[in-house]
Formats: sequence, C-alpha cells, structure tokens
Amino acid sequence: MSAGPGQPGLSAPVLELDRLSLSFGGLRALSELDLQVSEHEVVSVIGPNGAGKTTVFNVITGVYEPSAGDVRFAAQPGSAESIAGRPPHVIARLGVARTFQTLRLFMNMSVLENVMAATYGGTRAMPWESVLRLPRARREEREARALAEDVLSFFGQRLAGYRWDQPAYSLSYANRRRLEIARALATRPKLLLLDEPAAGMNPAETHEITELIGRLCDERQVAILVIEHDMHVVSGCSDRVVALDHGVKIAEGSFDAVANHPAVVEAYMGRHPEDLAGAE
Amino acid sequence: MSIDPQGPEVGADEWVARQAHRREYLPSWLGRAQRAGERIGWWPRLAIAGVAGLALPLLGLGGFQLQVGIDALVIALLAVGLNIVVGWAGLLDLGYVAFFGFGAYGYALLSSSQLGANGIHLPYWLSLPIVMIGAALLGLAVGLPSRRLLGDYLAIVTLFLGEAFVEFTNNVAPSKLGGPNGITAIDPIRSFGVVLTTNESYYYLLVIVVVVTMAVLRLLEYSRTGRAWRAVREDPLAAAAMTIPVNRVKLSAFACGAMVAALAGTIFAAQQASVFPTDFDTPILILIYAGLILGGTGSIAGAATGALVVMVIYDGLLRSPAEASLLFYGLGLLTLLVKLRPWRRLAVVLGATVALGYAAHAIAAAISSSAVASGPQSGGWLGDGLRNWIIVPANPQTAGNVGFVVLICLAITLVQVKGRWRTILLVPTIYLAAFVWETRLVNEPAITRQLMIGAILIVMMISRPQGLLGQRRVEVAT
Repeated sequence: MSAGPGQPGLSAPVLELDRLSLSFGGLRALSELDLQVSEHEVVSVIGPNGAGKTTVFNVITGVYEPSAGDVRFAAQPGSAESIAGRPPHVIARLGVARTFQTLRLFMNMSVLENVMAATYGGTRAMPWESVLRLPRARREEREARALAEDVLSFFGQRLAGYRWDQPAYSLSYANRRRLEIARALATRPKLLLLDEPAAGMNPAETHEITELIGRLCDERQVAILVIEHDMHVVSGCSDRVVALDHGVKIAEGSFDAVANHPAVVEAYMGRHPEDLAGAE
Repeated sequence: MSIDPQGPEVGADEWVARQAHRREYLPSWLGRAQRAGERIGWWPRLAIAGVAGLALPLLGLGGFQLQVGIDALVIALLAVGLNIVVGWAGLLDLGYVAFFGFGAYGYALLSSSQLGANGIHLPYWLSLPIVMIGAALLGLAVGLPSRRLLGDYLAIVTLFLGEAFVEFTNNVAPSKLGGPNGITAIDPIRSFGVVLTTNESYYYLLVIVVVVTMAVLRLLEYSRTGRAWRAVREDPLAAAAMTIPVNRVKLSAFACGAMVAALAGTIFAAQQASVFPTDFDTPILILIYAGLILGGTGSIAGAATGALVVMVIYDGLLRSPAEASLLFYGLGLLTLLVKLRPWRRLAVVLGATVALGYAAHAIAAAISSSAVASGPQSGGWLGDGLRNWIIVPANPQTAGNVGFVVLICLAITLVQVKGRWRTILLVPTIYLAAFVWETRLVNEPAITRQLMIGAILIVMMISRPQGLLGQRRVEVAT
C-alpha cells in the first residue's frame, strides 16, 4: 500500500525515514531503516522487546540525533524538510506529536491544564500580555480552552465534565493513556506517534483503542505511526505493518503478510528446531 | 457523597479517583474559613487580606512591631518570588538571595553618594526598572550555565553563586561597594515629589507591593507561561514533546524570580538606608525557604502566609524571653491537647506532669536549698506560676547543658517505645523540656528561635507535608 510518486489518488508521504542509523557507542540500535508514512495512513511498528521501536520514535521526535541517514517530515504536502537532530519542541511545533510508553503526564496539573499546556507552541502571548489580559492573550486563552475541550470530548464521557478540573494523577490507568492522546492532539499534529496505546488495558478498552485509532485518522486527518504488541489492535487498525528486529526492518506490508513472514515468526518464536538442525 | 445521575457510570476506579481528589482542608474553623475563602474567588480574598494589612497599624503598632511587620513583608515578597522558581518551575535555586542583594545594592548605588563626584540620586520610578531589568539579566546569566543541571547539581551551583555574591560585595571595589562596611546613607524612596521617610509609609508601600505582586503572579499562574513552568517541573521530556522550549522556559522562571527579589531588595535598602554583605547571606535564604515550605510550595497565598508566620514568630515573638516562653508553653500545651487521645490519657499525662514537678521541687528544696536557688528565667506571671514547679539550680547553665543532652536521649527513646511506656516516658520528657527551657534556652534567643523554627517545620512536615495552604502532590519516579 505504499504510495509511489506520481500515482493519482495516493497521497504524498508525511514522514520519510531514509537509511536511518543510530549507534550508542558500539551498539547499533537502528541500522539503515527506511520507513514511510503517508497522509491518512495508519502504520504499525511491531517487533520483539529491544527491537528498537521506541528508539525510532525518539529519533523522529528529536530526543536522539541519528548517526547517519535522514528524517524528513512534510508539514504541508510537497514541503518535506529534514528534521533530524532538531530540538524536540521545534519538531513538535512542526506537527509531530507523540505519546509515551511509560506514561509521562503532568501529574499534578488538572486534566484540562495538561491539554492546554500543549498549546504553548501554537500561541504567542508574552507574560505581560497574560498579566494585563491584553486582547491577544485573552483570545489565545479562549481558543486554547476551546481546543482542549474539543480534543477531550473526542473521548466521549471518559474525560468529560467534572474530570477537567481533577489532577491527572487521580485518573485511572486507561484514562491516563487517553489523556496522553488528547494532549498530543492539542499540538495540532499532522503525524501522531502512539507508543503502545493499549498497554495495560483490558480487552474492552483495547477494542475501544483500536476503534479510536481509526477515528483519529479519519476525523482528525492525522497520519499515525503506532507501536503495539497487541496483535488484535495491530490487525484492526493498520493499513500497513512494519516489523523490526535488532534495529533492522525485517518485513513490511499488510498485516497478514507480515504476520506470516518467516523472518517475523523467527524473530518472535525463534527458529524451528528442524531448521536449526538443517542449518548446522 | 452523592452521585450525579447524568454523569458517567461510576466504577470502582472512578470512585477512587473522586475520593482521591477531595481537597484536604485545615482542621476545624481554619478549614471552614478556607472553604468560605474558596467560594468568594481569589481576588476578593486577596483584597480582603490587603485591606486587613493596611488597617493593622490602626490598632496602634509600636515601632518594634512595625519593624517586624516590614521585615516580614519583605520576606513574604521574596518567598512569593522564590515560589516561581522552586514551586512552579521546580528548580531548587539556593542562590536566590543574591538577587535580593543585587536589588538592594543596585538601588543603593543609584540612590546614594557612592558613584561619581556627587553620587547618583535617581528617582525611584527610574531606578526601579533599571534594577529589575538588571536583575532579570543576572537571572538569565545565572540560568544559562544552570539550564542543563538538574536537582542537586543545580542546588550546589546556585548555592555557590549566592555565596559568591557575598564574597563579591565584601571584597570587590571597596571604595564603591564599601566592603564589609556596606553602603550607608542611602536615599529614601523618592518619586514624583513624594518622599517616603517614615516606617509607616514603608509598611503601607510593602503591603501594596506584596498584594499587587501576588495578583500579577496569580494571573501568570493560569496563563500560557505559568502552565509551561509547571509542565517543565512535572516532566521536562514530555513538555518538550508538547512544543514547550524547556530551557527557555526555565530561564524565564529564573528571570521572573530574580525581578521579584530585586524589587524586594530596593525597598529593603531604602527602608534600612544601609546595606551590608551579611544582610544577604545564607540565614536569610533559610528564612525564605522556611516560609515557603511552611506555607506550601506552589501556592502564592501559601508562600506569603508561611513567610509572614515564620517572620512574626522568628523576629517578633522569639526576641523577648517573656513572649518566647508564652509561645513555648502555649505550643507545647496545644500539641498535647490536639495530639494526645483518648482524653483519659491526656488528663493522666498532664496531671502526672504537674504532680511530678511539685514533688521534684519539694524534694530538691528539702535536700539542698542551692538546688532551687535560681528561680525560673521566664519573667512575669508565668515565672511566678512556675516558681514552685520547676527546679532551677544555682548554676543553671551547667544543669541546662546536661539536661539538654538527657532530653535528646529521652526524646529518641520516646519515639522508639510504644503504648504504656510511651505514656509513662512522656511525663519526664515534658518536665525535662520545661527544665531545659527555663535553665538555658529562654536566655538564648539567638539559638532558641532557630530551634523553634526548626521544630515547627518538622512538626509541619509530619502532620501536613504539603504546607499550610499547599496542595498535596504526587511525585512520579522517572
């Protein structure tokens, strides 16, 4: 399903990883990784623990600088620019938002404030404007609040009403995951990186997350790159699946193709004993 | 608790979430006042506090009380400014007092005969912005090397910078900065034909400045900038991923805190009419932190209240032995009344302590008259009341020193044992504490007030870790 150049009806890539490599000293965390995410596309990254999935996210969002290769991001179609090595807040302002595998909410701030804090990059009011309540500050504050209420209402009753003024630490685990997604949406992203959104959720909540990812893509017009271990979620939401192992892409394609790919089976299950014997 | 029928269905974790968020109020009538305060909103609350502050001198404050009020308000202003850096941005800045010193020295240089042939004598409306902008720049300069330092490392570097300021003023350009002799004969605050000369005028000015600063900071707290400060405190990595430029936000917190400190410094220098390097040393830093922690980090009202409480106790009540004694016995009795339950146990402990005292005094007097030769050191009716209860030997100093060591051992034993033994041991501990107080501590206000502030902070941290008006926070290990 990858979009070739010039093909009508298929949109241009939002994100492009070009022979991306990252080494920590002698350890190669990622080597020569190519990956594309197009507009309105949901791409899943799978792979066993330590395969380098979260590292990919950290390179895209600017936490790490790649050792070689390039990360290109197109905020508008056709305006791809390299974002490799730029500071995280700049990349976030360009339109790349993420959630974290280990939740990283602003625990002692209210639900609404968590989301409103993410509008920082989209607003301009200086401190004295906020103090004097000048028109720009008031307008931006109104808009930030409206945006926050809008993205929170995306989760229906889950994060509604009386919850807004509660501190984030009082939320249940599943709601914290939802709040992280809402907070990421408040940066008005073009590309959303979800790091194990269904981790620690029960089957009903997992199902809900799967639907949610589809809705995010359709209603919010964001491209989504998602790391997930739960294969129900992966098969339910992805247009395309990429499998990593030891920082190398071992398979790419539809869910069924990747799930049955010998290299992927081997990465998860190990080699079949008979094959092992044959190899020796 | 009622459940809203229109609301979402309530499951177990929903219920826990609602319970967990129930605000914790102060006990009894203080809590009721807190609730009433919350209903009327923040600015009427602040206005009431301001009017009360302005009306206070009408009760007829003496010169000493007024000076205590001025000192307390200066520390309150500093604590409110420190709250930006420590409470909101979460940066442990131990060099904060240097900005206070910078403001004071800056004002002193611009409003005295130190510089040039005839000196510079700028009006306040001109010198204040110069000093505040200078302090903001200094804050940026201090923040720049510190912006990548976290927690303890930042604390050590800023502590060094704070000490460097004291050394600087002591040793650099003595003809201008005056060295250890400081700068004297500083002009009073003068602007648009108004000259503030009396202590009353400085008191009123400080009340207004503190209230206005608190209002400004309150407007900042729930703005774009305030949210960014707190987001950086909560999780810098997540803040950066949410479009917040972490380093720049940290620097702006440093600069804003420095400006408030410099503002306090200018008023301090003008009111004292002199500045010395020792005015800006570590003890004052500890007082500011004590106020902030007692009141609750992260809360503007808490910072101001905590600083006022600390300073009124520290500077006002603990200077004279009579008032210090009242505070000592009053707080001791109050703690017993609040903490000791059931009532029967309280009655037994109090009764036994009183009986123990009279018995011990009678026995000691019968054995040797020199054992009770000196009366209690607390004066007034309190001293008279205690005369036949507490033993004060002819050489109270030595006895007090020994008693102090024994008291510490007893206190440590007391927290180790449980049940009946704790009750029994409590009686001699209380008596010994009174003994040490009467023989030694009451005459050493310089030491006593440090001990008392320390004790108050310890009790506070045990009983109410979030401070007087602070919100309880969860710490997330990352």
